[in-house]
This record gives sequence, structure tokens and C-alpha cells, in this order.
Amino acid sequence: MSKALLYDATMCIACKQCEGACAQQNKLPYDDKVAAESVQSAHKYTVVMTKDDKFMRRLCMHCEHPACASVCPVGAFHKTAEGPVVYDVWKCIGCRYCMVACAFNQPKYEWQSLNPRVRKCIMCPDRVLAGKQTACAEICPTGATKFGERDDLVREAQDRIRQNPSAYLSRIYGLNEVGGTSVLIISNVPVEQYGYPASAKIGDTPMPEYTGRVMERIPDFIPVWTLVLGGIYWVSHRRDEVAAAEAEEKKNGSAR
Amino acid sequence: MKFKLTFWKVVFIVIMVLGLYSTVVRFFYGLGAVSNMSDQFPWGLWIGFDLLCGVMLAAGGFCIVGAVYLFNVERLHSVVRPAVLTAFLGYVLFIVGLLFDLGRPWYIWHQLIYMNPHSVMFEVGICVMSYTTVLFFEFLPNVFEKFNLITPIKWIKKIYPVLIILGILLSTLHQSSLGSLYLIMPSKLHPFWYTPALPFLFFGSAIAVGLAMTIFESTQSAKAFGRHLELPVLVELGGALLVALWVNALLRFEDYFHRGLLGQIIKPSYESYFLWLELALAFVIPITMLSFKKVRLSPRGLYLASIFTVLGFITNRLNVSLTGFETYVGHHYVPKWTEFSVTLMIVALGFALFGLAVKYLPIFPEEKYPVQQRLRPATVAGPVTAEPVLDHAGN
Repeated sequence: MSKALLYDATMCIACKQCEGACAQQNKLPYDDKVAAESVQSAHKYTVVMTKDDKFMRRLCMHCEHPACASVCPVGAFHKTAEGPVVYDVWKCIGCRYCMVACAFNQPKYEWQSLNPRVRKCIMCPDRVLAGKQTACAEICPTGATKFGERDDLVREAQDRIRQNPSAYLSRIYGLNEVGGTSVLIISNVPVEQYGYPASAKIGDTPMPEYTGRVMERIPDFIPVWTLVLGGIYWVSHRRDEVAAAEAEEKKNGSAR
Repeated sequence: MKFKLTFWKVVFIVIMVLGLYSTVVRFFYGLGAVSNMSDQFPWGLWIGFDLLCGVMLAAGGFCIVGAVYLFNVERLHSVVRPAVLTAFLGYVLFIVGLLFDLGRPWYIWHQLIYMNPHSVMFEVGICVMSYTTVLFFEFLPNVFEKFNLITPIKWIKKIYPVLIILGILLSTLHQSSLGSLYLIMPSKLHPFWYTPALPFLFFGSAIAVGLAMTIFESTQSAKAFGRHLELPVLVELGGALLVALWVNALLRFEDYFHRGLLGQIIKPSYESYFLWLELALAFVIPITMLSFKKVRLSPRGLYLASIFTVLGFITNRLNVSLTGFETYVGHHYVPKWTEFSVTLMIVALGFALFGLAVKYLPIFPEEKYPVQQRLRPATVAGPVTAEPVLDHAGN
């Protein structure tokens, strides 16, 4: 069963304890200066944003069909059965295709490093495997970030919206976006106002399908194209060969 | 004369010094220090020009090899060697460029042991690696011939059909796949350049530019090395280029028509200015020029038309890789001077290596003595081997 996070923006009080817990979990520096940063970066995987007294959290969406995992030439990213999309720094060669491919712009880069890594929220895979919550969900004092089974969280989100329709927009961001994600967001202001890509723009199609349509043809294309090229070669050289053979025959015809 | 030579040498040295400085910055201070790339713009000039354009500019190799060996068009035989040389140098320099751009180039060999067959980048990587090897073997006869090694030339000649077919297969795959790289970014890349037809467009433009580059480098080396210009070959290439440009133009039109963008591309906007520039350079100017028989038959006309074509498609690839993302990202990306200087260094290296190869290897073997001794008579001796060892030895 796949785990997920439900973020309910209406319950968030912007205490930023999730930011601190995340930094601690991932051994990143966290002080007032980092807390004041409102954008994600290689040293800040999650951020709580404020706009007109309303809050919104941003983190890796952990897509059900992650673009980063499909584009990585060395397979440094993969989606675990438990839900987290994790990164193997050893494999990474630093092509940064994951960064350009991600519809949510989650992978960040250590631009100043001499042996740079791609950095993003990896949904505390060690904790999840051990049956614990993610660090951010565990510390959240209001329950705005909740950890659980994805199916249960979807049901809970639907219930909350149904029971209190005036407090929420009637949609769960991440339910179907790019084929569904393991982070679900409900709020009373459109997430797009905080920099999330619009649902209409990214669509419900899993990202890997866009390149998959081409890639899946290649195993068929190679033998067919090789045969075509070989055929062209054979036909266009046949005449020369025939001519050469005839000349040869003429020259020492009696000897053969 | 002498001043001019010195001038270009000085330019070369300046480019090299600046390039080496940037190389030091790149490897001792990191990508952040050397470039204006950022989390918003993770791919910059090095991907847009060195990689996307570099591979396109080296496409002459497979175009000419395909024409001469696959379709047996003997008339173009004299341009095979320079085209293969350009392609080989192009791919080697592509790999050099990649070592600058990759964040962890020392792990590039991981590509061979950790394979992700779903990744377009993986396919490009494997194809480029294999094709560079193929080009190496296609290039080798030049070296063997120089040292009169007949036996290895015979071996290569034996496997030549395999090399040719493999080379064209690999080129088809990775030239088109460079376009497929961008298929996964429908929400980011501007609709002028995002299209499901990207792999076809990239393959088509590679053929047009391959032909144009062959005209360009033939004319250029005739000028620089005082060689006799083979006009009939250029005229033939010019005709093929015109056809290739029309096919590309129709593909582009069909794509915009099909996606209902024709109304949008004529409206002024930041993107449409760049699109107009690209379309003018790549299609309008060269197609108009080449439509006149007078231009098609003149070396100068062909030379200019090929330059416009090359510039046009370079603009196209920079639009796909850089311009097309600016509105999405919300700010402009202007490469840092150190990024330019690395690119310039790689291009200058390409020119220098081409010059050296022409000087020391029988790249133009059929010509016994330089017809015009224009630039540097002392350095341009005739081909080193007195007689070609085998006719069309290998290539």
C-alpha cells in the first residue's frame, strides 16, 4: 500500500516546525535566516509560504508516475512501493534532466558544489519503511500535514470538503494531476497562487507517457530501419557488383 | 598575408586563454560560479549550443556517407572524408562539452552500468557513444593511409557496409531523440516549439544542416587551404539542400497548421520575434536564394545560403532550449561570459583540429597538388602520401 501526505492549508498556522523538522531529518542547516527564505533550494526541501494571511506548503509531490525517475539516464530516481520518490546520489552523473522534466520544479541543485547533488524532499523513506510518519507530519501541531495511506487520505480530504464546503475549494490538488501524486493538498485559495502549476496546464496524463510513446517504438524501429537501410545498400550496390562480376567473368572466363 | 595569419593566431590564443580560465573556474569553483544556470534554468547555453547544435552541425557525416555509400551516389565521393572528419571532431567535441556541463562528469561511465531504458537521455548517450566509435573507424583509414598501412585498410573496408548502416541507424536514433528530450515538458516549453513532432523536426533539420555544413566546410577549406573548389559537387549539394529546406518548411507549416497556431505566430510577441528570426534565417532567405539558378550555380551564393541555413537552425535549437522556457520561468537567461568562452574554446578547437587533420592526413587525397596557393603556401604541402594506397581506401 502506498503512503501519502495530506496538507490542509486551512489548518496551517505557519509555525514552520515542518521546515525545521525536515532540515533536522535531512541534516541541513536551519536558523532564522533559512526560516525566512520563502523559496525551496538545495538546502530547503520544504517551505511554508504566506500570502494575505493564508499559508501554503510546498514540497516534492512524489508523483505516482514520476517524470524524474523516467528521464534519469542512470536511474538515480525511483518510486518506492511505499510512496516516496527517492534519489541515489552515487548513480547521478549530474545531467539535470530531472530538473527540467519535473512539472513541479522540485529537484534543486547544489550549484556551488564541486561534486553537486540533486536535492529534493524524499519523504523520509527510512522512517516510512520503519512504519513511522514523515518528520514534518509527526511534528505538525495542528494536523495540517497528515501522513497515512493514500486511499484513506483521499477519502478524508473528500469528507472534509463535503462537511465544510464553504471552507474549501472543491478539489484535491494531486488527486489526478500528472496521473496522481502522493502529496494531496486541499485549501480555500487556489494553489496556483503560490506557484504550483495549474491543473489544466499539467493535465492528468502521467509525464513519462509523453516520452514513452516515442521510446516504446524504438525496439521495433531498430530492426525495421536496419533492414530498410540494408536493403537500400544492397539494391544500390547490386548493379556495381553485377558489372564487376561480368567483367571478371569476361577476363578469366575460361579459367573458371 | 602575414598580418592576417598572426591576427587569427592571436584570436585563437585569446580564445584559448579565456577558455582555460573558464575551465579552471568550472572545475575549481563549480557550475554556479562559471554559469548563469540556476534552479529555474538548469539547462543553459552548453546544452542549447554545444550539445543540441553541436550534434546537428556534425550531421554532415551521416548525410554524405548515406548519400555516397548507401545510395551509391559516386559523384559526391570527394566530400566524404571532410564530412566524416567534421562529424568525428564534432562528436568528440560534443563529449568534451558534455564534460563541462555534467555536474559529476567523473561518473559519466555510470551510463554504461546503470541503464534506464525509459530515458531519452540514456538513448542519446548510448547512441552518441556508439556513433563516435563508428566515426572513429570511418575516420581511421585516413591515418592508415598516411602511414601506408594497407592491411588494416582492407579490414576496415570489409566491415564498411556494417559501419555505414550502423552509423546511419544510430544517427537517425539520436538526432531525432535530441528532439524527444523535450517531449516531457509540455507545460514548460512554449507552444511555438513544443510539438509532438519534435523528433521529426530535429531529424529533418539535421539533414538540412548536414548538407549546408558540407557546402560551408568545402568552401571554407578551399579558401583556407588553397584548394580547388569542386563546383559540380557543391551544386549537387545545393540542390539537395533546397529540397531538404522545403521538406523542413512544409513540416513546420503542417505542424503549426495542425495545432491551429498559424494565427498566433504572426502576432507580435517576445516569442514570435525569435520565431520570425529563426524562420527567416532557416527558410525564407536560403530557399529564396537557392530558388535562383544563378545562385545555385555560384560558389558564393551556395556558401551564403548554407551559412544562413546553419544560422537559422542554430537559432531554432536555441529557441527550443532557451527562448521557449523564458516565459514559463518568468525571467531571461543570459549566459555568463565564461559560458560563452568555454563554447568558443570548443568551437575554436574544432577549427584548429580540422586544420591540423587536413594538413597532415589525406583528407583531400585525390588532389595531388594545391591548385591555388593562396594563404599559406609553406604549410600546405600536397597530400603526404604520393599515391592513394587503395582507391577510395575505406572511405
